[in-house]
Formats: sequence, C-alpha cells, structure tokens
Amino acid sequence: MLEKALSGSRTYWAWMFSLLVVIGFAAACWYWQFTEGLTITGLSRDVVWGFYIAQFTFLVGVAASAVMVVLPYYLHDYKAFGKMTILGEFLAIAAVIMCMLFIFVDMGMPMRIFNVFLHPTPHSMMFWDTVALGGYLVLNVLISRVTLQAERRGNPPPSWIKPIIIFSIPWAVSIHTVTAFLYSGLAARPFWLTAILAPRFLASAFAAGPALLILLAFVVRKFTDFDPGKEAINKLATIVTYAMIANCFFVAMELFTAFYSSIPEHMHHFQYLYMGLEGENTLAPFMWVSVILAVVALVLLLNPETRNRETSLALACAAVFFSLWIDKGLGMVIAGFVPSPLGKVVHYSPTPPELMISLGIWAIGLLIVTGLYKIVLEVRGEIRH
Amino acid sequence: MDSSRRGFLKIAGLSVIGAAGGSALVARGSETEPAESSHDDAPASQGTRLAMVIDLRKFSKNDPQLKRIVDACHTTHNVPDFGDDTKNEVKWIWPEEFETAFHSQEFHYVRDDLQGKPTLLLCNHCDNPPCTRVCPTQATWKREADGIVMMDWHRCIGCRYCVVACPYGSRSFNFTDPRPHIENLDPAFPTRMRGVVEKCTFCEERLARGLQPACVEACDNDEIVFGDLNDPDSKIRQLLSEFMTIRRKPGLGTQPEVYYIVEDPRSMQEMAPAVVVSEEGGNHA
Repeated sequence: MLEKALSGSRTYWAWMFSLLVVIGFAAACWYWQFTEGLTITGLSRDVVWGFYIAQFTFLVGVAASAVMVVLPYYLHDYKAFGKMTILGEFLAIAAVIMCMLFIFVDMGMPMRIFNVFLHPTPHSMMFWDTVALGGYLVLNVLISRVTLQAERRGNPPPSWIKPIIIFSIPWAVSIHTVTAFLYSGLAARPFWLTAILAPRFLASAFAAGPALLILLAFVVRKFTDFDPGKEAINKLATIVTYAMIANCFFVAMELFTAFYSSIPEHMHHFQYLYMGLEGENTLAPFMWVSVILAVVALVLLLNPETRNRETSLALACAAVFFSLWIDKGLGMVIAGFVPSPLGKVVHYSPTPPELMISLGIWAIGLLIVTGLYKIVLEVRGEIRH
Repeated sequence: MDSSRRGFLKIAGLSVIGAAGGSALVARGSETEPAESSHDDAPASQGTRLAMVIDLRKFSKNDPQLKRIVDACHTTHNVPDFGDDTKNEVKWIWPEEFETAFHSQEFHYVRDDLQGKPTLLLCNHCDNPPCTRVCPTQATWKREADGIVMMDWHRCIGCRYCVVACPYGSRSFNFTDPRPHIENLDPAFPTRMRGVVEKCTFCEERLARGLQPACVEACDNDEIVFGDLNDPDSKIRQLLSEFMTIRRKPGLGTQPEVYYIVEDPRSMQEMAPAVVVSEEGGNHA
C-alpha cells in the first residue's frame, strides 16, 4: 500500500519537497552536533535536558491521544469515528517516530543506543519508556495496516485483531504514564515530584492530541474529498473541552499545593516559570501566552455556539494546541532545572541549530502524516485526481 | 605500620576485589599489596563502606589549600579545565559557599566566619543512590563491596538521566571533546570522550594501589578524612562519634556518605566535648 504515497499531484509533491528541504537543513545541523557534541545546543551543566526532551514529552502525549478515537470506536462501537480512527492511529505512528528521533538527537553517544537493549535495566524508567514506546509503535503499525487492508478489500477487520486493538488502549495510557514517571520519581527535582504529573500529562495529551486531529481533519478536507462528518468533529470537540478543563484543574491543584504549603523549593519553580527569579524570566512571557490561550480556548469550547461553529472551533483547537505545547513542550521540562539542585538560577534558551534540528523532526512527522493520510484517502478513493 | 595504615590497606584490598567485579577503569591491580589484602577479618555481614569526612573548621575563605585539593583531583583524573565557561564545565570536586552547599537548610545569625565558608562538594557516593537507579544501561552502579558509585565511560549512552536524578549537582556531562582542555595529561588515567557523564569515583583506581584518594593526600592537616564506616576503630568513625556532622539534603533518603564537621574551633574550646554530644547529638541538622 505504501506505493500510494509515491504518486500524487503537484501540490502534494511541492509540500513533500518543501518538508524535505527543511529536513535536509536539520540533518546538516545534526551532523554538526554529531561532530561537535551537544555543546552547540543551549544545554549546560545545570540545564542538561531542554528543548529536545520537552518536544519528546509533548509528542508522547500526541501519540497517546489516539486512544481518544480508538476507545470510543472499538470499545463502544461508536460508528461516527469510523473515518477518523485510522487518522488517529497514523498520527500516533508519526508522533512516536518523532519521539524516538528527539531522544536520539538528545543522546551524547547516539551510536551506543543499542546498549539500552544489550543491558536491559528494569529499575530505570527510561528502559520502560523505551519498551512502552517501541511496543506502541508496533501495535499501531499492525492495527492500522490490518484494518486498512480489510477496508480496501471491503471486508470487516479479521477477528484476531480485535483483542490486540483492545490491548492497545491501556498501552496508550501506559506510554504517557511511564513518561511522567521519568520525571515524577526523582527526589532531586521538587518541581516534578508530584503525583498529579501523570494524570496531568494524560489530560493535556487528551486535549492537545484530539485538537490537532480536528485541525488535521479540516486541512485534509480542504484538499481532498475526505469528510470526517459533523458528528465526529463535535464529539472530538467535546473530548478536547473536557480534557482541557481537567488539565487546567490539575495545574490549579499544583499551584495550590505549592503556594499554600509555601515550601520554598516547590514554589520557586512556579515563580521562575510565571514571574522569573532573580531577573531570569525567559519563560515567563511564553507561560502567560499559554495561560491566555487556555482561557480563550475554554471560552470558545464551553460556549456551544462557538464550539459548534467550525471557524471558532478551529481557533479554539489551535489555542489548545499551542497553549499546551508551551506548557509541556517548553515550560515543564526546563522549569525542573531552574533553580538548580544548589539553588542557583540559571539561564537556558535553545540555540538556532537546536531549533533547526527540532524543526526538522517536526517536518519528518508531517511528512509521515502526509504520506500515511494520502494512503488512506487513496484506498478510500477520496483523492481528487 | 600504624593501625590506620593497616586499616586503610584492608579497605584497599577489598576495593580490588570489588573492582574485579565490574570496573572498566581499573587496569593496574599489579601495584597492590597482596600481603595486606586479606579480608578474612572484615565483618563478613557488612563488608566495607567507604565514606569521607570534610572538616570545614579547617578551611578559611580563599584558602590556598582548596585549589591544591581540587587541582590534585583534577590533574590525577584528567578533568578538563574550561575556565569561566560554566556551560561546558566538568568538575569532580569543587568549593561552594556553605550557604549554597546546604541551601535547603537555613542558618540564621551564624558567626561571621561561617558565612561564605568554603565547602568542598563532590559525589556523595550515596548508600541509596538515585543516579544508579535511573541509568538505563547500568553504566553507573554502586559497588557492593565498598559502596563506591562507579562509572563505565565505555557504556554510558550520554542520556544524562543520572545528572537529572542527582540531588547534589555532582555529575558533569562532556558537552564537547574534553581532551583539548586538559593542560597536563596524565597517561596513567583514561581521558573521556565527548558525550559521556563523569564524576568523582572516590579514587577507586588509587585505592586499588593502596593509596588514599588524591584529595585526601593533598591535605596538610586531615582536612579530609577517608575510611571505612564499618570499621569501628577507623579514624572516620572516631570523628563521627566525636563531632556533630551534617550531610547534604538528608531528607531525601539518599544516605550521602560525605559528612561535614561544621563547628568552629573557638566553640569547641568553650564547650567540653561531652556537652557538645549531649546538646547536639540529636542529629536534626
């Protein structure tokens, strides 16, 4: 079926080619990083994880969010998601591959990556995250391939795939839970040492992922004969609304616990995030944009009139996506390092090559999503020729 | 041979045995003294537990001794010197002000000489190390024979999870090739390459040769004392029972094995040792 991604209109190829150009520049930057070391990034002895790991964390959420279409469709037989489900699974595949690439570019010794499998270490959460992500990729490739194959032949999916699909539902929850455990199990970092981290990760994932899926559905519909259906979009919008409310609620709980208890090492990280500490306030403007976008999104989503109108829904989804991207793909990881374990306030901002490499990985993700969506739409005969 | 020397060699002997179990770093066991390596008189149920006491009373501000100690460690281990470049910085042992070293504890109205007191920091070789727990490849691990938290620079994948997990900022990552930044390269110790994490190893390669750690050897006046916590006659045990010591971030449960003596000599003269113990022996520091 993959060959269906290799023929297409001029628009298709122009889009794919421009993504390849971005990927090419990123590859050159990565080669530079490979020869010089991570010193070309903004990372330092105090802020050892930054933009790459933050993108990884955000994208694990996007990957896990496929469960928000898979679960209603397969577990509750919710037919309206019939056309969307595979788009969710394909988005998950692209997101997991991006996660893996972000881990790869973050490694000091990328050629030693197989040491993780040569010396499997069950007491390391990173080992379990590798297992969870790898397994999730295999599950989604298998499920989407088998179900699409059946759809092409006009058959229902074979019965043996159903238990595997059901199995993939808790697995999706596990990938983001284990990713939260990477952080929340560290005595050294009070900012992440919170039991709400995994639930908060899941809530933000189930808001940002479906919001992205709605936006992607609108884009695809613009260029093809694909139509996700009004009901599917409405249902996804409801999911985004509830998940976003849960996410904001969890953030408020974090703030309450930190500030009412007034334990300095818990408060300092939030002060750094939203106000800045000792004049170091790089992230504060971004965090306030995130807050404003969250408020705008909630107003648009909670009002049925604006939620059901496509233009305002698209605006709300974009607001949710960028609000949560700032919150998780920027603030969450970096704030864990400031102040440092010695109480020092340090500066971190990504360098141009670091941003270029990250942009390249996002471009790879878009390339994969475009190619995979093209295959689905070709199979369904929804491509305009 | 005096008893402390004998006790020390016993530690060294055990270290060799531990090293044979998995260290990629020790290649020079031939220089050890086998006659003293017998471990049959060591408490079998406990083994050796290496630890360090740093006597802050013996350091003054801008003490030239500090630089000597740091240099002794860093030249012995080919630790690169990046000057003022804190971004790429690699360090195994370094001085911080007292308030920074113990920043989660608060000290109000302390004597002038304690304010900004230089405090040497290094890997605490925790009994319950969070860094080894998170490593996905077991490139860092606690050596059971003596408790040293070891590093295998040939296995480390450079994920820096151990740096994130260390509550003491004791680990450094080689963001760039360290070799051009080593002034006097010592061919007897391996250099590292870009992309791996490194830290103090309690000089396990020197212990294997029956030597004290380089920082201890660089001291003039027992500013740093090193030894076996499981040996009740060791000097380190004497110090721990005689003085009130504090450790960094004890509330985290990591059980750091670097102890600090804080009291000023003046207060020690004013108070009889027995009073010190009864007043401050509660160990709520």
